[in-house]
Amino acid sequence: MSADPTSLSGWGGVRLVAGREIRQRIFAKSFIWSTVVLVVLIVAGVLVAKLIGQDTTVLRVGVTSQSQQLEEAIEATAASYGATTEVTTVTEDEGRAQVADESLDALVTGTPEAFQVVTKSDLDATLSSVFSVLAQQAALADQIRDLGGDPAAVGAAVAGASVDVVSLDPPPEVDGSQVLSGYIVGILLFISLQICGQMVAQGVVEEKTSRVVELLLATVRPWQLMAGKVLGIGAIGLLQVLVLVAAGVASATLFGLTETMKVDLGATAAWVIVWFLVGFTMYALLFAAAGALVSRQEEVGSVTTPILVLMMVPYIVGVSIAPWAPDSPYVQWLSYLPFTSPLIMPIRVALGAVPQWQIAVVLLINILIIPVLVWFAGRVYSNAVLRTGGRIRLREALRAG
Amino acid sequence: MPALEIDRLSKSYGSLRALDALSFTVHAGEIFGFVGSNGAGKSTTMRIALGVLAADSGEVRWDGAPLGFDGRRRVGYMPEERGLYPKMKVGDQLVYLARLHGLDPAAARASMEHWTEKLGVAGRRGDEVQKLSLGNQQRVQLAAALVHDPTILVLDEPFSGLDPVAVDVMSAVLRERADAGAPVLFSSHQLDLVERLCDRVGIIRAGSMVASGTVEELRATSAPRWLVDAPTAPETWLSAAPGARVVSRAGSRTVVEVPSSPDAEQSVLRAALAAGPVHEFTRQRASLSELFRHVVSQSETPDAAPSAPPAGSPAGVTTTSAASLSKGPLA
Repeated sequence: MSADPTSLSGWGGVRLVAGREIRQRIFAKSFIWSTVVLVVLIVAGVLVAKLIGQDTTVLRVGVTSQSQQLEEAIEATAASYGATTEVTTVTEDEGRAQVADESLDALVTGTPEAFQVVTKSDLDATLSSVFSVLAQQAALADQIRDLGGDPAAVGAAVAGASVDVVSLDPPPEVDGSQVLSGYIVGILLFISLQICGQMVAQGVVEEKTSRVVELLLATVRPWQLMAGKVLGIGAIGLLQVLVLVAAGVASATLFGLTETMKVDLGATAAWVIVWFLVGFTMYALLFAAAGALVSRQEEVGSVTTPILVLMMVPYIVGVSIAPWAPDSPYVQWLSYLPFTSPLIMPIRVALGAVPQWQIAVVLLINILIIPVLVWFAGRVYSNAVLRTGGRIRLREALRAG
Repeated sequence: MPALEIDRLSKSYGSLRALDALSFTVHAGEIFGFVGSNGAGKSTTMRIALGVLAADSGEVRWDGAPLGFDGRRRVGYMPEERGLYPKMKVGDQLVYLARLHGLDPAAARASMEHWTEKLGVAGRRGDEVQKLSLGNQQRVQLAAALVHDPTILVLDEPFSGLDPVAVDVMSAVLRERADAGAPVLFSSHQLDLVERLCDRVGIIRAGSMVASGTVEELRATSAPRWLVDAPTAPETWLSAAPGARVVSRAGSRTVVEVPSSPDAEQSVLRAALAAGPVHEFTRQRASLSELFRHVVSQSETPDAAPSAPPAGSPAGVTTTSAASLSKGPLA
């Protein structure tokens, strides 16, 4: 038979192990369903963003030929309240009919100096303010004219007067779409890293429980088995993240959110993928080492809890504090530290509050730590994976061999 | 002729000495049965041979060279604790294991098909291992040990949990592999099976080889036994035969152990005849189980051992440890 034993001594063996992980998991019901559920959640999240965006509804105001002069004043005043208006010229009868069937929010009748507003039941709060201002300006213009002044000149002078505000610590401008992307990014990364990390730990323990590890280690070295498992599950996780990011970007584009959104969709998506890869590598190595310490699935929880807590802290800070206070010291510090940064830095990126050089430095720190983790996890894994029975203490696993 | 040599392996777990300078050799084309009580060190030896465990000292050699990482790829191994992915399909699993041993995809598939066919699990290729009965899982486990066409077989209790038909299939496969030139090392507690199947047997106790050789050679190491049926003889008839000892009595039939000196049994026969008529006088062939019990109990209770192994052991039989462990008359 064609056997070439040397071809498997290095990455050939790793590739075989990784290939098995991918084939076994990609068609597993749990993987497909978790992906479907997450896609649905992300599309729903984008939909929510769209609905929140529509909150700034357009106020429809009708004017008659007599009150037509008010059109500009209405739009300008409404804009100062942050509202958009759509002014149409109608006859009074048409206008009243349209107010009645709610295709107009308000109809302005009478002359620009003395106008009335027709509405169905209650006048919209913003419109109410707008018309009050207009009425006040009309009254003011009357008085100015009576005193022999020029209302237009006064109006221009008033409009030109403003206060210069010097802000010493300007609050970062974060809009709704950024907050929401921050949420989605934070939750997506946490769930993906956690699912994939647990997969690694459970995969390691499955091999120990079923004792197949003994058969495998008669042909491949422990580091090959561990690397293959981490890479295989990493590929699966990356695929899932790509699908989810694509779902998010596609739905945001389809729902037409991209024009109104302040969030930088491309950068956010790209950073999610980069941080997933870095975060996965770091956490997967920890999970692999942890899994090797126990022999039964029931014990997995006891060794993975510290790692989960390590993931939970940046996640909770990331979704509960970061969107409202991206500059909070907690958020900042956790985004600089290794292990916590992969979960919180992408949230800050989505919120648009990080300079590029900072991202690069933090990323580099994380990447530099990976070789240390490889050494650590490789040692613990090799020493512990063949020892079945009770839970092995970490110190023991590090020392043995 | 190449041979699998286990050379002075030692391994300790803390204060427990699992292997104590254990040595033996399995020649190519030979089936070697490895027997011993639980915890005697059989699995430890096999795990060391497969590189799954590291020995404190000693070496495992194949064809004169240390059995290294690449060499171990050519070993077919069946661990004591059965190990297969429970949720992986039988066929995929065997192909994967064959690939790990260095077969290309086509050869791996062909080999998987060959062995599942041969071991009677061809119909279960598409099923997950956990859905199979224990016996069928065992057959798949054997297929996993054979799927890469190994040149050496190391099987830890391959017969446990098998039905009689599967035992026959397994025995035939082991014999076939040995005939094809592979050294076959397996451990078992089913001593009748070992006796029937093995070319040579090694008895291990407390990490040392107590005795090894063909069953016939092992037999020669213990004192010969004779069955005497003398219905009318009084219970004390044997006192006339010096050195002889009663092993058991059932009605008028007595099993007597005689010294291995030439014609020692004749004095027993004479003593029996002197006490009355003798209906039967036959040589008892000790079964491997009896030999095993004899060897193991001898080393377990050295002071109480009534007769140490005879000084002039037949050639080819090593009873070194038994002798050294017995602090009885010989020490």
